[in-house]
Amino acid sequence: MKRPPLQAIGHGVLALFEAVGRLSLFALEATSHCARPPFYPRLLLRQMVEIGFYSLPVVGLTGLFAGMVLALQSYTGFSRFSAESTIPTVVVLSITRELGPVLAGLMVAGRVGAAMAAEIGTMRVTEQIDALTTLSTNPHKYLIVPRLLAGLLMLPFLVLVTDIIGVGGGYLVSVFKLGFNPDAYINNTLEYLEVMDVASGLVKAAVFGYLIALMGCYHGFHSRGGAQGVGKATTNAVVTGAILVLIFNYIITEAFFAQ
Amino acid sequence: MSTPESAHNGHGTNEPKIALRGLCKAFGGAVVLDGLDLEIGTGESVVVIGCSGVGKSVMLKCLLGLLRPDAGSVTIDGEELSRSRTAREAAMRKIGMLFQNAALFDSLSVWENVAFGLIQARGMPHRQARGLAIETMAQVGLDADSADLYPAALSGGMRKRAGLARAIATKPEIILFDEPTTGLDPIMADVINDLIVTCTHELGATALTITHDMRSARKIADRIAMIHDGAIVWQGPAAEIDSSGNAHVEQFINGRAEGPIQLAVAHAAAG
Repeated sequence: MKRPPLQAIGHGVLALFEAVGRLSLFALEATSHCARPPFYPRLLLRQMVEIGFYSLPVVGLTGLFAGMVLALQSYTGFSRFSAESTIPTVVVLSITRELGPVLAGLMVAGRVGAAMAAEIGTMRVTEQIDALTTLSTNPHKYLIVPRLLAGLLMLPFLVLVTDIIGVGGGYLVSVFKLGFNPDAYINNTLEYLEVMDVASGLVKAAVFGYLIALMGCYHGFHSRGGAQGVGKATTNAVVTGAILVLIFNYIITEAFFAQ
Repeated sequence: MSTPESAHNGHGTNEPKIALRGLCKAFGGAVVLDGLDLEIGTGESVVVIGCSGVGKSVMLKCLLGLLRPDAGSVTIDGEELSRSRTAREAAMRKIGMLFQNAALFDSLSVWENVAFGLIQARGMPHRQARGLAIETMAQVGLDADSADLYPAALSGGMRKRAGLARAIATKPEIILFDEPTTGLDPIMADVINDLIVTCTHELGATALTITHDMRSARKIADRIAMIHDGAIVWQGPAAEIDSSGNAHVEQFINGRAEGPIQLAVAHAAAG
């Protein structure tokens, strides 16, 4: 069915507002359940292991190669005006402030956001969520809250690991390939690094973790129509999760460092 | 639990256990329930029959509070469900439900599924709940060896049994069955029917079943109600179903393509 252009625009805008409103209500309801019993510590622990532990290889590799390529690229650029000594600082600041949180966030959005949407979506279409309700268990508390909290708590941990491995990657390339002095590299790395650089990255990570889990849960929870619906929910969870990571990355950077 | 008197006579003057009055529900422009009335007495077993897509499942979801009806009321023991969240939660504790595909939790083993209501809603310790779960599983013909299996490893019939065990584990006053025999071979279907009859009788529970399997309906029901176009078009004792004198019912129980239901089927296919 084809609509007149003006009607199509209006329809699109209304649909957007509806989606934002529905998401906000879902987020509010889920978050409010975080503070109200009953709590499920065992489920929280399982999600923390799922997100924190099992994502380690993925974010570790991401961090390693990001740090390595960063050192290599900065060298080719900075050596043109003999500023090689700033490479350790460039690497550590880029990693802790930006690349660590964003790359880890994007990888986790792909790994964890997708898994959450697929699992909860399958539970929805096979009536397992309805079954929870009939067994006097609130699906928000049982399914959503542990995932949101685990995302919020574990992403900072993952980003800290990414930071360390990323700086290590820069160190490896600089020392073994570019011929830097190992002690001088470490000194330069630490000299200009401030607590705020790392802290801002961890705050970003916590926000990203919450948003990724929220997107995974939201799209899974509202999936409709069998396997196809679950597939669509998974795609939407990853895409919206990744986009929100990038948007909030800018907003938080602005909040922390804008003069 | 039901008093012997009310268990005997569901149509008595006592307040019905479950009452659906003037229930309406539409999705977009499609009216699914249109003023549906149904009362079920304490200890009575009512089977609601009807074609696919006439609103049987929607009726059940309204009763469970999973869907909010557009109009009408749902009361359990005289308590209006839509009145408050606490009323709904209190009602939910009286209800056990067997879902069409059993809806077992994939991430939990069979005994954890069966004991879910006991552990989560009643706060029973795990060890005690496991014992009780295995006891309930034995009641539906599942041996203790299958307690630690995961639902993915079960056959269709075993999943139904496990789902039934989960529904009755908390000894609910009301049990709802959503297409209990769909997808089973005729012999397994009969086994499940027998289990439903025995379990409901042992618990003295009120049962509401929706199905389009007439063998199942005849076996389980004290009373049969036929739903069509979002309302009950006929209801009466199970024994009278063959002499109902209602064209809809006759067409349905004889499985004829020609009759008054023809049009609705064509509509559903087009929609």
